[in-house]
Amino acid sequence: MNVIEAQGLGKRYGRSWALRDCTLAVPQGRVVALVGPNGAGKTTLLHLAVDLTKQTTGEITVLGGIAPGSDEALNRIGFVAQDTPLYQYLSVADTVRLVENLSARFDAANARARLAELGIPLNRKVGKLSGGQHAQVALAVALARHPDLLILDEPVARLDPLARHEFMGTLMAATVEDGISVLLSSHVVSELERVCDYLVVLAAGRVQVAGDVDDLLDTHRLLTGPTEQAAAVAAALPVVHERRGERQTSLLVRANAAAPPPPGWQTAGTNLEELVLSYLRAPNAAALPGPSASTPARRVEVGAS
Amino acid sequence: MMVDKQGSGSPIEFRLDPTSGVPTYLQLVRQVEHALRLGYLVAGDQLPKVKDVVAGLAINPNTVLKAYRELEHKGLAAGRPGQGTFIEGTLDVVPLRDQQLLRRGLTRWLTAAADAGLDEEGITALFSSALHDLTRAHKGVIAS
Repeated sequence: MNVIEAQGLGKRYGRSWALRDCTLAVPQGRVVALVGPNGAGKTTLLHLAVDLTKQTTGEITVLGGIAPGSDEALNRIGFVAQDTPLYQYLSVADTVRLVENLSARFDAANARARLAELGIPLNRKVGKLSGGQHAQVALAVALARHPDLLILDEPVARLDPLARHEFMGTLMAATVEDGISVLLSSHVVSELERVCDYLVVLAAGRVQVAGDVDDLLDTHRLLTGPTEQAAAVAAALPVVHERRGERQTSLLVRANAAAPPPPGWQTAGTNLEELVLSYLRAPNAAALPGPSASTPARRVEVGAS
Repeated sequence: MMVDKQGSGSPIEFRLDPTSGVPTYLQLVRQVEHALRLGYLVAGDQLPKVKDVVAGLAINPNTVLKAYRELEHKGLAAGRPGQGTFIEGTLDVVPLRDQQLLRRGLTRWLTAAADAGLDEEGITALFSSALHDLTRAHKGVIAS
């Protein structure tokens, strides 16, 4: 089952497209990172998935074909919006009570137990909590609805490193306990590198990369060798991005580790951050599943200066 | 002193080095092997529960599962349904006396290498390359 499926999905605000021709299938049971620069359309895509906005073109369904915003979708999807908005003047306990009264299924005991475990005082006003505690309250409340899919928009953007680590730890433990699918967005890849197992890269309103993280890393190599041979090597291999020095050139190519490098060239694995940055710097290259996965990414012309 | 209460009661706690360049799952595998060699882990010990590891390190559960599968594949651990993953095998432990002798030989070599003008990186490169050749030669012997 796919937790999110989009076909030719587009959203236009006035004259500009926030999201365009987005075709995507996000599988169940994964922790999916939705990354891309600011303004790439991440929030728009997430808002379409939870029916906070309506698309201009195309279609989107959730949880195996359900319409976003339907009763079933609302009950089975948890959403934590950017900056985890909560009522500042309510106490933590009242926040839990409020959500309990507003939700069809809500496990208040679960929320209170989680908050107690984190040492968050129930009687404190939400506005008086630290940034990390504030985010944890939003997460605890979302998890206590026992969603099948939890969507989080830039959940840790404003947290310090320790709070970030604890937030992600809580989230990962919840995926083990409840088997939930998670989709979270960020403009910082390194933040999600160890957390996600599926990656979607949005750039300029389009999906540029989508796939299993291990598969993506297994099918990309970084080749380093003499610049004088770079053009010949690049002509024979699907190059995503190249960095050309006067003598030495490195190429990020689509190839697996078993493929021998050209004579005189060194081959090394890549990491998620390098992979994402390479694609973002090469807007014409794409790595997408389905029929297009077997075709190499289009060669990117880099001015040899 | 503050003691971090990850209090899972496990014999070992994993840690990660984000700058090592070693894949996360492999770091976990190596820490278990290391603990086995040093005697911190023995047959019958339970490895930390997946939920505790992911909560403590903030990593994807599949990473831990992959590490535990690798340990099973190596015959060092076995999963028990509904309970967890337990240490099964042991790594060949070289007696302490032999280790000391080997260390003395290595120190002599290191001193010679430094005297010859190699710096730390040069020594590491030479050692890795020799080790690489040796491993390859061993594999050749097994294959033939």
